Amino acid sequence: MPGLGSAALVVAFGLVAYAAVAGGYAAHRGRRRLLESATNALFASFASVLLAALVLLAALARHDFSFAYVASHTSRELPLGYTLASFWSGQEGSLLLWLLVLTGIGSAAVALNRRLIRTVIPWTVPILGAIASFFALLLVFVASPFATQVAPADGAGMNPSLQNPYMLAHPPLLYLGYVGLTIPFAFAMGALASGRADERWIIATRRWTLASWTFLGFAILLGAKWAYEEVGWGGWYAWDPVENAALMPWLVATAYLHSVMVQEKKNMLRVWNAVLVAGAFCLSLFGTFLTRSGVINSIHSFTQSSIGAWFLGFIAVVAAASTALIIYRLPLLRSRTRLESLVSREAAFLYNNLFLVAFALTVLWGVIYPLVSEAVRGVAVTVGAPYYDFFAVAFGLPLVLLMGIGPLVAWRRASLRAVGRSLLWPAGAALIVGILLLLAGAGSSPAGLVGYTFAAFVLAAIALEFVRGTRARHALGGGSWPAAFTSLVGRNRRRYGGYVVHAAIVLLLVGAVGIGGFGTTQEGKLTQGQSVEVGDYTLTYLGSEQRRAANSQELRARLAVSRGGEDLGTVLAGKNRYFAEQQTSNEVAIRSDWLRAEDLFVIADQFNPDGSVFVKVIVNPLVNLIWLAGLLFVAGALITLWPDAREQRRLARRFDEEGALARA
Amino acid sequence: MDVLAVALGALLAVAAVAFVARPFLAEPDAEDDRLAGRTSAEQERLELLERRDRALGALKELEFDHRTGKIADADYEASVGPLRREAAEAMRALEPLAPPARAPVEKVDARA
Repeated sequence: MPGLGSAALVVAFGLVAYAAVAGGYAAHRGRRRLLESATNALFASFASVLLAALVLLAALARHDFSFAYVASHTSRELPLGYTLASFWSGQEGSLLLWLLVLTGIGSAAVALNRRLIRTVIPWTVPILGAIASFFALLLVFVASPFATQVAPADGAGMNPSLQNPYMLAHPPLLYLGYVGLTIPFAFAMGALASGRADERWIIATRRWTLASWTFLGFAILLGAKWAYEEVGWGGWYAWDPVENAALMPWLVATAYLHSVMVQEKKNMLRVWNAVLVAGAFCLSLFGTFLTRSGVINSIHSFTQSSIGAWFLGFIAVVAAASTALIIYRLPLLRSRTRLESLVSREAAFLYNNLFLVAFALTVLWGVIYPLVSEAVRGVAVTVGAPYYDFFAVAFGLPLVLLMGIGPLVAWRRASLRAVGRSLLWPAGAALIVGILLLLAGAGSSPAGLVGYTFAAFVLAAIALEFVRGTRARHALGGGSWPAAFTSLVGRNRRRYGGYVVHAAIVLLLVGAVGIGGFGTTQEGKLTQGQSVEVGDYTLTYLGSEQRRAANSQELRARLAVSRGGEDLGTVLAGKNRYFAEQQTSNEVAIRSDWLRAEDLFVIADQFNPDGSVFVKVIVNPLVNLIWLAGLLFVAGALITLWPDAREQRRLARRFDEEGALARA
Repeated sequence: MDVLAVALGALLAVAAVAFVARPFLAEPDAEDDRLAGRTSAEQERLELLERRDRALGALKELEFDHRTGKIADADYEASVGPLRREAAEAMRALEPLAPPARAPVEKVDARA
């Protein structure tokens, strides 16, 4: 029923446009009922978009090829999971997902914060309405998922690269991250527009920001795992523009999550925080633009479309409007508090912010460089991995050091002597680890050796924080040591959850350094019975085999694997030929050894008529720590996100006090 | 577009309009249609409450970090005085603005 889907989108467009216009008028003129009406329009828009989404899902499930979108992205033989996931595999569907998530979380954020920030909400509603209007406009007039056609016998199928289980989770999580950054943006701009730059908007959006950042970070790692398995070049991150598109807002949001603590503790960096929130949102729009416009060549960009100009225009409007608002409110935002010392926690946060933002900007420059070079010189020049690797090391290593130093430095000011004393244990641990690694032969990769030494420093600093805190808590409250530890974390989830996230970043660093600095590769043509040796592995080619899967023909090379004379079984690497899509995909074999945290990675993409096969075998040491880091990252984020009853009571009391005055 | 789709679309539009118009339908002649804003006195009080809570939170953290040995005695002494003064100033400034039924002011909990 495409008509119902189109009607639902038209109604949704009307509702969000009303929320923007009527809400803006109500906020400007102070009309209560009109604002309630605009808020209701925002809520109703979610229901309407949800209906449109259900219509599309039903069409996908029924293989209704009279929907042009369904015919373009699925086929009858495509498994049901991928068929439903094709909701977000195409441009129109992913725009619909954007709008669905935006109206959903926008409505939830407004509903849950109505009482908390009654003076900011009047402007938040029209801002959310305006952003949603842009996406609704695209869906109604430019890229409708409900365009119809005479139904063909079968659909064109799905891009083989997308036929991977990570396709089911990565895009929705990525969009939750991208779209979630709208919430802090809308509330921050709402606070500025209403002239209320107190910290309420920060409190109201803290968990929304953290959740969005967590989704975005986890989605980046899921995307990396997807690329590792599906694209099959043996690496985990290739600095591809679309990968970078998600990394940039995540870096800026990371900077914001740190600097906002300085605002909460010291009432400083208020302008900077407003800039970071606006920057993160603009970069999330830019990320969607990169993925959807096809303007920059990427292996992850699955579409070429005409919505690029619309997106660029919208990004320009958002950037200009938020900049103008921040400048207009500068007198309100200027902090009366000054940095007391360059050796203090807030100074450490400031340095961390500078490195994070500088890194985000260098990545942005690398991403847009092909466009700039084409405009200036007429030739699109792509920036390669060495550019990004250089800056990742240049900005990444100081950031890692700061993760270890920052938590050990006091707020306001700290003497160098006290800081030196705090750093003694972590520095000693790092030195010992460095010497041991050097003796073990890790000096073959100087960058790897430095990376691991820094990692040891940060992990020791984090461990020291937990040990000192637990000891102090035990001394204060008595009880058992586990109880003291639980109480420590429970009383300051933000701080200790943050440390767990830091540990996850270190784990990721250890994995990335392992795969980048200590990997081994071997490639060559093998005839049946021939072997290839890589590291301490031996692989023997046993022959090729074919199998018909649901929607493809699978061709595999079977290789026997042994290590030190021990038989480790066989692996199958090869390629799939997809019928409907008329495309071929490489299907690598990955044998994970979780004890050694390493992968044996086999690519077999060239099968010769004489029965031989060309294989590339890679040993990726410590790569599995990268994926473990993802789980630890989520665990740390959950600790931080978990509601803190003490803080809730403190805030409730403050708001009650304020409310009492308002009623008096 | 088939008839059922048109009918369902129209139904959706009517329901949406009714929901959006609800505030006006529920209160056709509202006595007070103004948005509850915040007076400058309320804003000043809110800022003082934030200042007080910020100082008390910083004191709490300072105490704990001192106990853990992260902060040296000299650094602690240098920081604790200004923070106590800041909290006291905020509380003093709040006194004349106190509403009739004011909740008790939060105390520093060094154990937190």
